[in-house]
Amino acid sequence: MLGLTRKDFTLLLVVVALTLLAPIILNPFPVSSSLGQSFNAGYPALLQRFAIFGILVIGFNILFGLTGYLSFGHAAFLGVGSYAAVWMFKLLSYNIVPAILLSVIVAGLFSIVIGYVSLRRSGIYFSILTLAFAQMSYALAYSVLTPLTNGETGLQVYASDPQILAGAGAPSAPHFFGLPMASSTTLNMGGWAFTFEVGYYLCALMLIAAFYLSIRIFRSPFGMMLRAIKSNQTRMNYTGLNTKPYMLWAFIISGMYAGLAGGLLAAMDPLTGAERMYWTASGEIVVMAILGGVGTLIGPIVGSGVIKYLENIVSKINENVLHQWFGALPDPIENGLIWLVHPFVGEGWHLTLGLLFMVVVIFLPGGLVQGGQRLAALFNRKSGTVTAADRDAARQKSAE
Amino acid sequence: MGILEVKGVNKRFGGLQALGDVNLSIAENTVHAIIGPNGAGKSTLLNVLVGKLIPDSGSVMFDGQSVLGRKPFEIAQMGISRVFQTPEIFSDLTVMENVLIPCFAKRDGAFRMHAIEPVRHERAITAQAEAMLEEVNMLSKAHEIASSLSRGDKRRLEMAMCLVQEPRLMLLDEPTAGMARADTENTIALLKDIRTKRGITMAIIEHDMQVVFSLADRITVLAQGTPLVEGSPDQIKTDPKVREAYLGETQI
Ligand SMILES: Nc1ncnc2c1ncn2[C@@H]1O[C@H](COP(=O)(O)OP(=O)(O)OP(=O)(O)O)[C@@H](O)[C@H]1O
Ligand SMILES: [Mg+2]
Repeated sequence: MLGLTRKDFTLLLVVVALTLLAPIILNPFPVSSSLGQSFNAGYPALLQRFAIFGILVIGFNILFGLTGYLSFGHAAFLGVGSYAAVWMFKLLSYNIVPAILLSVIVAGLFSIVIGYVSLRRSGIYFSILTLAFAQMSYALAYSVLTPLTNGETGLQVYASDPQILAGAGAPSAPHFFGLPMASSTTLNMGGWAFTFEVGYYLCALMLIAAFYLSIRIFRSPFGMMLRAIKSNQTRMNYTGLNTKPYMLWAFIISGMYAGLAGGLLAAMDPLTGAERMYWTASGEIVVMAILGGVGTLIGPIVGSGVIKYLENIVSKINENVLHQWFGALPDPIENGLIWLVHPFVGEGWHLTLGLLFMVVVIFLPGGLVQGGQRLAALFNRKSGTVTAADRDAARQKSAE
Repeated sequence: MGILEVKGVNKRFGGLQALGDVNLSIAENTVHAIIGPNGAGKSTLLNVLVGKLIPDSGSVMFDGQSVLGRKPFEIAQMGISRVFQTPEIFSDLTVMENVLIPCFAKRDGAFRMHAIEPVRHERAITAQAEAMLEEVNMLSKAHEIASSLSRGDKRRLEMAMCLVQEPRLMLLDEPTAGMARADTENTIALLKDIRTKRGITMAIIEHDMQVVFSLADRITVLAQGTPLVEGSPDQIKTDPKVREAYLGETQI
């Protein structure tokens, strides 16, 4: 179906169902309950981020997962995409279609240049070249190119901007041919409330398309060549294959995915700044990919989801919330528990992430996806079966 | 005129003359063995032929075209395949994928953007790869990861990957080095088979004289980077210079 094997098609259906139902699934608790206030993640602003960063990491995984080339400057393409989109808003109108198209194109052109130069080297030198490019882009955006990027303040749309295509009654916020991104309906059911927002559904559809395309790429001859490059470049050469254009295309596709993500970020919130390209942002993409499972199809969505959840949900759990949770317990136990849990929540979410990352890297080289597959195998009482990710992990070990 | 003509090739590594005025002509449809003591420059010569090393002077013509200055992938596309001393295969890929890749390289050239249609829809290519695996008796292992194969199987896989491209010239660097006797016999049988069935021209570097004498039509003896003698196996066996320079050492 759709050119996919049964197994891949099932995976696609799962992703479609999860993304379309995310506003419900991620709001499992009543609005006013303390659990709901702490753990409900089904609000539009966060849902958008799940989808957008999912797209970003899916694209990153086409490069890193298939070819093994670790780009440490991928946030540059995200940033460029956002700037391109905001410029379209300023010059044409708030319609997101030209904005997103241009962000993909500009990021693609940008990645031709960066890819062409960086791919002259491999391994750590490639990573450092991409990092250097990204930091240069950041520095340029922050200061030198102020006329283009509005420097420190960040680029945004002003009433004085031309917006030559905006008609008289056009919405004054991003929209899809008149349908505002921010418009939403809320479904109230008992104590529960589910918000369905146009912006999120745009991101969700893009995520599904991006995911589908990545499955096709993974299963294509091109995808196979990329995995072969990761495995043995010498053999590629002596087989008569030119690795350069294969690598460059992987880099460009991956950059265009990042550009799409950047464009969507701007479409959800029409302003952007240089910090989007800072090296920590690039590092976050790497962490997301590894956490989820490098080279797996679904890993990027899992990895970016977990990190965005920690960053937005766990980070909000402060001492007051903990007192609410454990308030019913006797004071010494309450204080003990809070003392135990407190370092890992709120500001301490980085600590949780760090530990989780360490556990994954050490015990689950195939990422959380591999962990999930192991659990599934346990539940199926087929713990003897070897999962694909286990095989990957075994291979990685034997390669060391 | 041979399919491969090497003329006056020199290669220095610092002070070391690794190849000194090498002339070599390999005729089409023959198996040409290159033998010589350790450090004689055999591998260096092979590296020059596949574009890994550029000689300081001399010329290398393959089928009337110069090989020098071309990149390894371009030389491979001209029809020269190489089997390495330690098998160079795609260890992380399945056996089937290992053979599919050279099939694509043969049909589509050095690069082709084929990013949407799945591999499994390429029926002609999959059939070709399966037939090749069948021929080397590895079809039952098609879906195994190549790194899990035995050493002998890896070597057979590498040969299958070269053969499926139907090269005009196949270069083999010590194809039986480090192999047990039984594996060596198998490899000899496989190479003989390739020879009779496909008539591929082969240049083979080998220390094992049994392998050399059972396969080669012509033998070149290389010593200190220079061809010492060239002749038929019988001539080489009895040549006194060869005995002195090489065979004496190995006590055949
Ligand atoms: N890349 C290199 N840099 C410097 N010296 C080299 C290089 N490659 C080979 N040599 C030297 O050139 C000489 C010829 O080496 P080569 O590997 O061609 O010998 P060989 O005939 O293949 O020997 P063996 O039978 O041991 O494989 C040796 O002295 C070797 O040390
Ligand atoms: Mg050698």
